[in-house]
Amino acid sequence: MSLTLLVNGKPQEVPAGTQLPGLLETMGVTGTQVALEVNDELVPRAKWTERELSAGDRIEVVTLVGGG
Amino acid sequence: MGVPLDKPLKIGSLQLTSRLLMGSGRYASHEEMIACLDASGSELITVAVRRVNLDQRAGTSLLDHIDRKRFQILPNTAGCYTVADALRTARLARELLDTPLIKLEVIGDPRTLLPDPLGTVEATKILVAEGFHVMAYCSDDPRLVATLADAGAAAVMPAGSPIGSGRGVSNPGNIEIARSLVDLPLIVDAGLGTASDVAQAMELGADGVLLNSAVAGAEDPERMARAMKFACCAGRDAYLAGRMPSRLHAQASSPEAGLLGEALSS
Repeated sequence: MSLTLLVNGKPQEVPAGTQLPGLLETMGVTGTQVALEVNDELVPRAKWTERELSAGDRIEVVTLVGGG
Repeated sequence: MGVPLDKPLKIGSLQLTSRLLMGSGRYASHEEMIACLDASGSELITVAVRRVNLDQRAGTSLLDHIDRKRFQILPNTAGCYTVADALRTARLARELLDTPLIKLEVIGDPRTLLPDPLGTVEATKILVAEGFHVMAYCSDDPRLVATLADAGAAAVMPAGSPIGSGRGVSNPGNIEIARSLVDLPLIVDAGLGTASDVAQAMELGADGVLLNSAVAGAEDPERMARAMKFACCAGRDAYLAGRMPSRLHAQASSPEAGLLGEALSS
């Protein structure tokens, strides 16, 4: 069983039961300098393993970049 | 004796000796950015929140290059065109940096990048209620600045002129009036192009200035960063010193009595 998420606007297939830390690992992202949203809502780092993911969920993975 | 030291600039939980705030965008490299930050004497740098590029994960991230013991980090909501997006971005920034500070930008349109005044006020109220220390980027309308102060902003940041335009302070009178209306920190942000613009903003009574393109876009960014440091200090001192009144005609500085060939009256 697998499900498809939309990660930063692109479809990403993951095994059912995948949690946010596992998703980041799959994507090759080390999690120290990123923040996550699921369906436009911030998921605090402390809640990453509590949040269940469903097919079609929109995940945003953001970080800090240069800006004025 | 000597000239007494200036008091530090306090914004929410922040305390800064340097009144020059620096952006971190548009530099050719992280190394160039760090050299410019050093030359500027700044203690605060702004950063933006963006999607991680999942196709290209090589390279170091911005924060790997910034010594957080030396520099305060101020995240912004640049690029947000709606209140909802600005709120989301502010919350993500707080999660990333564990700071209540946010430079709030609610942009009106991509051509001018001028702030949406009504959206900025609305977002300020919501973020203040959530415990943020909001530094509100805004247009230079003095009444808007006063409204943002009433909404609970920790600082107001009127634009000198459009972001990245380098046109300097378009409406000096507005900055002066805004200064007279609010007690909280007023930072002139955006549009400053060169050292004299920075000095002018400080002479008008700004508590600080925020720069990015003026340094990153100079032919020699590091030298311009140093020029900005001096300009900021010079403008601030001139403001504190209180300038002489200007007059239409001349007034000699040398004595008018005792000139050679003067006819003496008996």
